[in-house]
Amino acid sequence: MLRLLSKMEVDRRLVGLAVVLLIIWVGFDIASGGRFITPRNIFNLSVQTASVAVMACGMVLIIVTRHIDLSVGAVLGVLAMIMGIVQTDFLPQFLDYNHPLTWVLTLAVGIVIGAAIGGIQGVAVGYLGVPAFIVTLGGLLVWRGAAWWVTQGRTVAPLDQNFILLGGGIEGTIGATWSWIVALLAILAIAYAAIMERRRRLSFEFPVKPVWAEYTNTIIKAGLVLVVITTLNAYHLPTRAAERLLENKGIPVTPENLEIAHGIPIPLLIVALVAIILTIVVKRTRFGRYVFAIGGNPQAAELAGINVKRMTVAVFALMGVLCAISAAISSARLQSAGNDLGTLDELRVIAAVVIGGTSLAGGLGTIYGALIGALVMQSLQSGMALLGVDTSLQSIVIGLVLVLAVFSDKYFHRRYSDPSA
Amino acid sequence: MTDTNITKDPLVEMRDIHISFGGVKAVDGVSIDLYPGEVVGVLGHNGAGKSTLIKILSGAYQADSGQIIVDGKEAKIENARDARDNNIETIYQNLALADNLDAAQNLFLGRELTDKFGFLNEAAMEHKAREVLHRLNPNFKKFTSPVSALSGGQRQSVAIARALLFEARVLIMDEPCAALGVHETKMVGELIDQLKRDGLGILLISHDLHDVFDLSDRLHVMKNGKLVGSVRTEDVTHDDVLGMIILGKMPEHLMHLAGPGATNAPGSSPDAPSSQASEIGK
Repeated sequence: MLRLLSKMEVDRRLVGLAVVLLIIWVGFDIASGGRFITPRNIFNLSVQTASVAVMACGMVLIIVTRHIDLSVGAVLGVLAMIMGIVQTDFLPQFLDYNHPLTWVLTLAVGIVIGAAIGGIQGVAVGYLGVPAFIVTLGGLLVWRGAAWWVTQGRTVAPLDQNFILLGGGIEGTIGATWSWIVALLAILAIAYAAIMERRRRLSFEFPVKPVWAEYTNTIIKAGLVLVVITTLNAYHLPTRAAERLLENKGIPVTPENLEIAHGIPIPLLIVALVAIILTIVVKRTRFGRYVFAIGGNPQAAELAGINVKRMTVAVFALMGVLCAISAAISSARLQSAGNDLGTLDELRVIAAVVIGGTSLAGGLGTIYGALIGALVMQSLQSGMALLGVDTSLQSIVIGLVLVLAVFSDKYFHRRYSDPSA
Repeated sequence: MTDTNITKDPLVEMRDIHISFGGVKAVDGVSIDLYPGEVVGVLGHNGAGKSTLIKILSGAYQADSGQIIVDGKEAKIENARDARDNNIETIYQNLALADNLDAAQNLFLGRELTDKFGFLNEAAMEHKAREVLHRLNPNFKKFTSPVSALSGGQRQSVAIARALLFEARVLIMDEPCAALGVHETKMVGELIDQLKRDGLGILLISHDLHDVFDLSDRLHVMKNGKLVGSVRTEDVTHDDVLGMIILGKMPEHLMHLAGPGATNAPGSSPDAPSSQASEIGK
């Protein structure tokens, strides 16, 4: 079995994670009498995971460069407040309420300020030499305090009608037809990437995977896409919401017409986009290569002419940008911005990244691992909530799982994948 | 390359180099040189100043005074990039490789090949890496494993290949055989011989005489920041050199080559035979 996997060049750790996730899902499904693996729950799970998942993608890069960012939850909080004010108080002075540009400008402001906040912390770490742990621990307090100052603690609501679509919800999805189109595009992209990679290796006469492995890989990936999209399309709008939607569009309300699928929630689409872009950045650009080189051996990176300080600033600034996107998703989901938004998110994000196989020692980590890590965390939490487990017990379980995950990863890593150890 | 018709202009000369750290003279008026196709050992105890001297050449430190002459022209070497622009590559003691990257990724670190969209061209880099590494070490197979999975000798191959890839003409190797087994030390020795045949000049830095004696054509020995002397390996025995390292004393029959640092040196003798090594005192 192991040899089969290595022939297919599949990351063994990824398989392990997928198995863990499957066990959690099946376990909760059995325990809850079939209420866990349902289109509705999968849909909700994807929306609930989105905010942490987006930040986890950036945290991978931070931790790979041997740093840490404890401030992400607080940065999310302050950015959500700022974006809340921008769309409810500031922009309406120039634009109509619910103007189609409002959400774009709001998000742009959030992203710019997020990059600036991250950049400032990056300068403190890279150029001033203050350890990231300290800088971002300070940042946690500073930005959480700043979140309160934006409105003196007042919760900002209601948010812009277009902006709240970023949070998913009943209208924050792209519907069945577009979902199928996305699925088709994704499958074509998967096949195209596999063919191009093989062709490139063959043109240099490098060893390639056996053809059956290529097919199996591609079919598994394409199959996963289909399963996810089918599931999301199988979750229909509640009857009342569907009626309202049909009435708004002037379509007659009939039993067939009422079967309106949710399709892909917009936050999930954002996660996918962020993850794909960052995966390309990590694997195919100098920036990504340098991030990993710095994590592997900062001295070697410096000697190779890499500007380690500037890279540190860039990585922290990128984290700030992702915090802005997450802030948009989570405030949009709640349709309001409160100054305690994102509290303890730093721990969820770091836990997701670590469960996903990123080494705190730096130099090792993957974006997709962090995504699955985030999903594992959220699945545990949602599953226990579904079973009516006390919140206090929930945190105990999640805490233990985190420690266990890192332990087992270390144990198996030492035993099976490092021949020199 | 100047390998057959030996016009014998030095590839690199360091003249009268001084550097001090907080009043301590780490390198005090040292001059060394290196010719094409030559392996020169720089020997001395810990703290003798050999690593400091070499770091000046590789751009990690800047000398307080003195000249560096590359190919007969004075060169300004203020950082690692300047050194590289003068075709001087350094392979550090701690093997300056990123352990988590594979051989090709390490070879091209900081100088990646990209395609027309600016994305990394992994295949082209792996192709070139295979070519260079095959020339150095035909047994090298682990192209896609992280270098942490390689043996010490294989890692040295990668580090050397990295230097070759960027057309190094002067190779500085800091403790090239430290932490290597017998077999691997032999392998590095073979690598060095091959580079020498290709006309590179190689500086080997070591505190251990045995590592470099058999590999070197000449030895520069340092003690307390000064050059004890420079000798041809064929003229001296192990004991002679040990005497130079430990006592800072030139062997009797080579007294005329002694540098200003030798305890029983007669001072810089202006009538010394015009050996390559007697540039001292200029």
